[in-house]
Amino acid sequence: MLIFEHSRPGRYNYSQSPATRATKHNIPDKLLRQSKPLLPEVSEMDTVRHYTRLSQKNFSIDTQFYPLGSCTMKYNPRACNSLAMLPQFLSRHPLAPEDTGQGFLACMYELQEILKGVTGMAAVSLTSMAGAQGELIGVTMIRAYHEARGDTARTEIIIPDAAHGTNPATAVMSGYKVVEIPTDEEGDVDMAALKAAVGPKTAGLMLTNPSTLGVFEKKVAEMSRIVHAAGGLLYYDGANLNAVLGKVKPGDMGFDVIHMNLHKTFSTPHGGGGPGSAPVGVAERLLPYLPVPIVAYENGAYRWLTEKDRPQSIGRLSAHMGNAGVLLRAYIYVRLLGAEGMHRISEYATLNANYLLAELRKAGFEIAYPTRRASHEFIVTTKGIKDKTGVTAMNLAKRLLDKNFHAPTTYFPMLVPECLLIEPAETESKETLDSFVNAMKEILVEIETQPDMVKGAPHLMPLRKLDEVKAAREPDLTWTPT
Amino acid sequence: MPFIPHTEEDVSAMLASIGANSIEELFDEIPAELRTGTLKNVPPRMSEMEIARLMLERAQQDGFYLNFIGAGAYEHHIPAAVWQITTRGEFYSSYTPYQAEASQGTLQLLYEYQTMMASLTGMDVSNASLYDGASALAEAVLMAVRQHRTSSRILIPQTVHPIYRKVVRTIVRNQSIEMVEIPYDPVSGQTMLAQLEEAGQTEFAALVIPQPNFFGVFESVDALTDWAHSKNALAIAVVNPISLAMLTPPGEWGEKGADIAVGEGQPLGIPLSSGGPYFGFMTCKQPLVRQMPGRIIGRTTDIEGKEGFVLTLQAREQHIRRSKATSNICTNQGLMVTAATIHMSLLGPEGLYRVAAQSHANTLTLIEALTRIPGVKKAFDSPFFHEAVLSLPKPASVVLDNLKSHGVLAGYTFDDNYRELDNCLMVCATETKVPADLDKYVELFRQALAC
Repeated sequence: MLIFEHSRPGRYNYSQSPATRATKHNIPDKLLRQSKPLLPEVSEMDTVRHYTRLSQKNFSIDTQFYPLGSCTMKYNPRACNSLAMLPQFLSRHPLAPEDTGQGFLACMYELQEILKGVTGMAAVSLTSMAGAQGELIGVTMIRAYHEARGDTARTEIIIPDAAHGTNPATAVMSGYKVVEIPTDEEGDVDMAALKAAVGPKTAGLMLTNPSTLGVFEKKVAEMSRIVHAAGGLLYYDGANLNAVLGKVKPGDMGFDVIHMNLHKTFSTPHGGGGPGSAPVGVAERLLPYLPVPIVAYENGAYRWLTEKDRPQSIGRLSAHMGNAGVLLRAYIYVRLLGAEGMHRISEYATLNANYLLAELRKAGFEIAYPTRRASHEFIVTTKGIKDKTGVTAMNLAKRLLDKNFHAPTTYFPMLVPECLLIEPAETESKETLDSFVNAMKEILVEIETQPDMVKGAPHLMPLRKLDEVKAAREPDLTWTPT
Repeated sequence: MPFIPHTEEDVSAMLASIGANSIEELFDEIPAELRTGTLKNVPPRMSEMEIARLMLERAQQDGFYLNFIGAGAYEHHIPAAVWQITTRGEFYSSYTPYQAEASQGTLQLLYEYQTMMASLTGMDVSNASLYDGASALAEAVLMAVRQHRTSSRILIPQTVHPIYRKVVRTIVRNQSIEMVEIPYDPVSGQTMLAQLEEAGQTEFAALVIPQPNFFGVFESVDALTDWAHSKNALAIAVVNPISLAMLTPPGEWGEKGADIAVGEGQPLGIPLSSGGPYFGFMTCKQPLVRQMPGRIIGRTTDIEGKEGFVLTLQAREQHIRRSKATSNICTNQGLMVTAATIHMSLLGPEGLYRVAAQSHANTLTLIEALTRIPGVKKAFDSPFFHEAVLSLPKPASVVLDNLKSHGVLAGYTFDDNYRELDNCLMVCATETKVPADLDKYVELFRQALAC
């Protein structure tokens, strides 16, 4: 039932808005609204019940295991939320003077410093509101760098075929042509193809390392030499930073610019699809182009650096300071972890992934890159199962929902057929991983004995399989009263 | 170990299963010369008790102020239920609703949100939100250029939020889009029609129309919308969602209504929080829906005919279309929209109207009182919504500093954004200000100018 269907004309919550209808106004009649907007007229209790019930129809980290590859679904500590929501932080206006926000700015400055430390970059800007915006910032800076040098012949960005869809979309948004290069049998970037692709038109290379195939690009240093020798720059998509935190720094791998998804590695909530936050770090040569604002510490006080301080900055990406409340949560998280906790994240995320890989392999599942170590994630391909029984990776994923596990990432990366990208974050216990393996084993048996049942999954969710084709062909995007 | 549950026994058993001797061995594919030594600039860990004390100290250091700044971010009362429900783990810690059967809560909520926003703005459809108001305008500009096909010129009045204009430039800078700024009338504070007419002699894709504009002033939205359409261009509305409880929605501007409406969703239940996270909303007319960026939710049925909700029209998006997507955007501000939807449900049409009307009345009362002080005048002679620009007989910094020392943030000064408004101050009094707050403000203001 929709909230609108609980609505009754004239029902109204008296406590939550002004006691009277103010009548004093000087708005010209022709600007006044004639129709009442379609907002529900419901009691506070009905609202609370309705949305509490809706929440109960969601899977979440707080209720289920989410082995979602490339998404790093780790536990979101409660302290990060409650301390970021202290009333003084919530009530601070973004344009309030700097001297009224020194406590907040201290947190932001220290977060910048800590992120510099863990990534090995020369400077960090916190303004980006999501991974894709971090990418846009990065590629825009690469372009600004070439343009400032009068190097305008560079029109191409090289991107491996395993990359996230945001990479090519971002390159195009930044005015570049995308040159896609293939992956070799071992899951690494095809070096011959890379060498053939680089040249005077190369503006840069966008790379995720470990890649979305769940393996570390061993030849990253050589890739860096090849691209740099051709005059291009290297972009690090930090989607998989959780796998190597404290073990290897993007700066040491030769990257010129990176973004870090705080909603992955630094445990800020996914919130059902946002808000994200993706600070951008740069090597020395891109420092002048960093977006503003940036927090500086000078003469005993914190202040915003603006366009005046950074005349070559690519500019602003948000009306104020990016997702400040998300940044506070990440700050609290990194202080709770400390330097020693950073290493542990990648260690236990990698341990969990390799354990799950080993157990699933023993259970009979085919591993896409069997000769490689898993990073913090790995790929199972169910092509053999599909060829034999017709059961797809998506069927298997939906059957996992019936067993109270969120599905792994399916059909991404696109180059592995019938692919399940599995990432168990470091916060999951061995018991949880074992119960997931058991569920996968049960499904293997079900595929043998009752394949049609598996093809029809899910069976135990509030809804069965939803008709996506109908949704796209006859879009019903808003409710209308009947 | 913080947030890691493994016992020593677990680790041994897991390594045995893997066939490795140590966790360290699992990193053997990373070349030794790349390995990190110790981390610099990362302090040792704190306990929850220690970080709680630190954050409380910092919060108290910043304290509370009586705030009269608006300029794109507005203080409104947020009912207690909004964030109690929003931060339930099932909303807070859930993922993007790609697995529809396991995400019906978020999906249905987003469908309800789309319905509310489409109606509030008077448009046909809404997406499930964008990052913030400024980036939503940038996406609207890109959408208009895709739709128009023959022109990539955009007319944007200088009465649009100055930071929005900067953000649009940053985001579209490498897409060969020409942003033509239209000056404002120094008497009315509205977009200058003569200059607009002149700029419109060359073909353009869209005109951006703010309502109320950055100065709080009402623009002649009907005439501007009709003018844009007469030039075969789109009309992009930038609106404050609270104001729409009182004002004609963009979908009804002029003969045919604006084509796209965007804005900052923060006033709908999102705390000021130093600037974010907020959310941007975007609604449009039906024919433009396939050009819309971002997530969109549709209602459908399952194989047994039961009603349900899914992400739809995904052929526009980066994870399917990659380099041919309408935008690189991959998130919406899901949790913020959760709060906004609950907020709008609690307020309903009457509550939202009262908030808008009281904010307008408070600002009107305040400006009347302040302009009785000798030398203080309204900078513009047009009617305004809940924010107005005053010109002062002294530098605005005198008032700002003086009121700040009494715990009051007096308003917004224009700095480099509008050099001609040097001695001006923009003041906003939302429904959160009671008569005693307004009296206090006027008295402090009078004293500051007297000294």
